[in-house]
Amino acid sequence: MKAAPQSAAPARRGFEPNWPARLGWALLLLYVVYAGSRLGFTWERFAAGLEHGGRFLARMFPPNFERWRLLSDGIVESLQIAVIATFFGILLSLPVGLLASRNLMPPWITWPARGLIALCRSFHPIIVAILFVKALGFGALAGIMALIVASIGFISKLFAEAIEEISLKQVEAVRATGAGFMNVLIMGVQPQVLPRFIGFATYQLDSNLRNSTMVGIVGGGGIGATLFTAYQRFDFDFVLAILIVIVALIMAAEIVSGWARRVFQ
Amino acid sequence: MSVAARLERDWRRFTPVQRLARHAFYVATAATVVLSLRTVEVIPEFLYDAPAQMGDLFGRMWPMDWRYFGPTWDALVETLHIATLGTILALLMAVPIGFLAARNVTPNPALNLFAKFIFVTSRSVNSLVWALLFVAVFGPGPLAGTLAIAFRSIGFTGKLLAEALEEGDRGAIEALTAAGAPKLSTIVLGYWPQARPAFWSIALFRWDINIRESAVLGLVGAGGIGVALDTALNLLYWDQVAVVLATIFAVVVLTEMAVTLIRARVI
Repeated sequence: MKAAPQSAAPARRGFEPNWPARLGWALLLLYVVYAGSRLGFTWERFAAGLEHGGRFLARMFPPNFERWRLLSDGIVESLQIAVIATFFGILLSLPVGLLASRNLMPPWITWPARGLIALCRSFHPIIVAILFVKALGFGALAGIMALIVASIGFISKLFAEAIEEISLKQVEAVRATGAGFMNVLIMGVQPQVLPRFIGFATYQLDSNLRNSTMVGIVGGGGIGATLFTAYQRFDFDFVLAILIVIVALIMAAEIVSGWARRVFQ
Repeated sequence: MSVAARLERDWRRFTPVQRLARHAFYVATAATVVLSLRTVEVIPEFLYDAPAQMGDLFGRMWPMDWRYFGPTWDALVETLHIATLGTILALLMAVPIGFLAARNVTPNPALNLFAKFIFVTSRSVNSLVWALLFVAVFGPGPLAGTLAIAFRSIGFTGKLLAEALEEGDRGAIEALTAAGAPKLSTIVLGYWPQARPAFWSIALFRWDINIRESAVLGLVGAGGIGVALDTALNLLYWDQVAVVLATIFAVVVLTEMAVTLIRARVI
């Protein structure tokens, strides 16, 4: 922070120095130095790493697409995992999100629903995938189940928040016509939240696609297994080829989901 | 048009093009899901004995082996340092790039596009892949993990910061410019104070995410509690795995509570 130039007059200064904030920044700097030394960060290590990095990059180029069959099989399986997990994840999130919305449901329903959401959210998809690989064996099924759990944790929470923000006037109007609970949901709630739901759903598809390329590292199927094997065999040119395809796939998916969001705006 | 004809008009909420687009979306979604379900290679026999396997898994996890808590605790402290340092490093890199990406601060489309390209690259590569790359460069250990967390977070924090800067009020900037302030002063005294609440909110949000993410980096050798998890998993000591998972769960719940508290009090 810079102080403004001081004038001779004792008049008020435009930009007072903020001592508590400066103290905060100093403490933050101290923490960085302390934590860095705890983790054993040294300059020599960093410099040696840069040298390794040069060799590493040299071995990555040019990307090697010779084993493209292996690559395309893995990518297709990752896509399948992402699509199926998103579909069932959203299907299950709709009721869970509804049960967790505090404006439509009594507290004794919302609390267990919120507990379930918190439980699904608290573990990283990779850790959930490890448990499912143990329970269901290696393969795409474990990855799908892990991403379904992740989708429930993320999407239900957003669904519940979207439902809590709706205008209750329309709900009351539909209710006043004598509509049952399902009709209130379909005619009063659904039209208000559908565009946002589609937005969350496409966002979750992107997110699941990113994670479906990773669950393979722990045995959950998809391109991750191919990537990790290539990495462990030091086939860095093949690793680069896989990474290029993954990034291209994710960018393509973002374009498609942007299109879907515009349709439902 | 008579009143009766008016009443019998067929009212529709959307134009034909909108309806066509929506139906195309539904059909495409259904087709993709059906195609994926029919072609995915799943062995159904594995599903039948899943409950038994799950029971077996929890049977092996209980009772937990609390002797493993000592190594877990050290690894946990390392994880917290990795997440925090990674977040700080990410913010250090994301702030200048965020200023480059904000169209009102940097009125240069080429630079905006360059900054956006960095954000997209950073976000498209998963943190585990960043960790793999940095382990290959710097060797196994927390340095690789910290850099992985930092590079992964640039995209997220930078993009949100750029959006916060673009939403800033022009009045304060114009006042500073009119008083003859140079560009750096308008940034430090004009743009920054307006984006500061958003900045701290983004930093907290990302820190929360990074604690979860840094817990798995150890699976590829990038330090932290994931190393303790990986060791226990490879030895099939499920009672020790349970200890690590319980610790991760407790930490995630505690950070979420802390973040909620700080957000309510300070921001």
